[in-house]
Amino acid sequence: MKNITILIILLVFTSLNAMFGQCKTFAKDICKAELKPYIHDGNYNAAILFEGESAELYKTFNAGMDYRIVVCSSEIFPKVQFIVKDLNNNVLFDNKTKNYVNKWDFKLEGTQQLEIDIIVPGPQNQNEELSSGCVAILFGILDKK
Amino acid sequence: MTKKIFYSLQVVIILLIAINFNSCKSCKKEKLTLADTINVANVDEKLISEIKTAKLIFYSLPSPLETAMILKRAGATFNPDNLNPIQKAKSYITTRSMALNLGIYSTDLSYACLFEQTQYSLQYMAAAQTLVNGLGITDAITNETIEKLKENINRRDVIMDIISEAFMNSSSFLKDNNRSVLSALVLVGGWIEGLYLATRLIDFKKFEENDLVKRIVDQKLSLDNVCKLLEENKDDPDIVPVLNQINELKEIYDKIKVKTTEIKTEQNSETNVTTLKSKVEYKVHKDIFFELCEKVKDIRNNFTL
Repeated sequence: MKNITILIILLVFTSLNAMFGQCKTFAKDICKAELKPYIHDGNYNAAILFEGESAELYKTFNAGMDYRIVVCSSEIFPKVQFIVKDLNNNVLFDNKTKNYVNKWDFKLEGTQQLEIDIIVPGPQNQNEELSSGCVAILFGILDKK
Repeated sequence: MTKKIFYSLQVVIILLIAINFNSCKSCKKEKLTLADTINVANVDEKLISEIKTAKLIFYSLPSPLETAMILKRAGATFNPDNLNPIQKAKSYITTRSMALNLGIYSTDLSYACLFEQTQYSLQYMAAAQTLVNGLGITDAITNETIEKLKENINRRDVIMDIISEAFMNSSSFLKDNNRSVLSALVLVGGWIEGLYLATRLIDFKKFEENDLVKRIVDQKLSLDNVCKLLEENKDDPDIVPVLNQINELKEIYDKIKVKTTEIKTEQNSETNVTTLKSKVEYKVHKDIFFELCEKVKDIRNNFTL
């Protein structure tokens, strides 16, 4: 019995590593391409999320810079919502009003700390299986020589 | 027998939950996540409800590449005397010093690249490789990466892509392997180096309306994210001294008052680019700014010892 438990634990660890690895590959191969012609800043923000889960990201965006935010998700989540807000909770962008487009280009006159909310829709049916998939947020910067 | 199997499965589920809590310290996980799919019928309602309200929180700092781009756009010049000498790379033997200086060398590398300093770019990529190897980060910067850099040394876009990918490889490796402390130290090291380079380039005779001064003051906002990132692991012995130094820096930044007006958005229908219009006003006395520059220098010199 003890051996079975150890075996299951090893399997769990292996599958977790494989999932994280897949998330990185997904972010690198699929999402990064969406940033072009912006240059990826190199930061890696990705996680495995369940249906119904949400995430928040806080980042300072600098004056005079041109940014692209790309939020991409596994095929299992076709409609991931992302909302960009300022520190006073004013909504600056909501992709739900733009047919769930997965990117937003913007520039700033003054440096601002912004909050990006990612919302994975919950299951439509309570008795459905709760699925999970990779969700990544990447930032691109326009290189002006 | 059936009872024993059921017991084992319970142990596995508990472990899964424990792993989830531990595996994501770089992003503050308030509830829980993970598992490929879970059948709702097998999980109690409380667990489902927790998943629905679960929230991941990320604090993102400017990457070395972004930092270098900010510097360049603010009118900085290239001065190799300000870089951390590459000869020191082999002297970093603790994981803390390797992680901090990986961030520092990454910013120096990005700074050299942005100013098209090809030889420095190659040298600093090699220095970063030494530390990446020392930290056991596999495949982030390989000999092929260095070769690719040499082959494309005159193509700035390709070089920036190589740097961005190397940084992503190392940060994803650290996060995915539950080494969030080191991941945070790399970011903080890179951020401090950006501040250090900026402060070294300030001409105090042209203090007023100086874009570099403005960008340094702006880092007050990023400093909040730096603190939160470090506080996630505030009891870790490698984080404690760094957090103490960052808090000392924060005390000086707190003396600078920054006011921002409400953001108005304006979308260009041709380019589809939105401009966030707002004004940032600050008041900073030269003496306080000088104190800030000295503190940044102290911290950076302590990191690179």
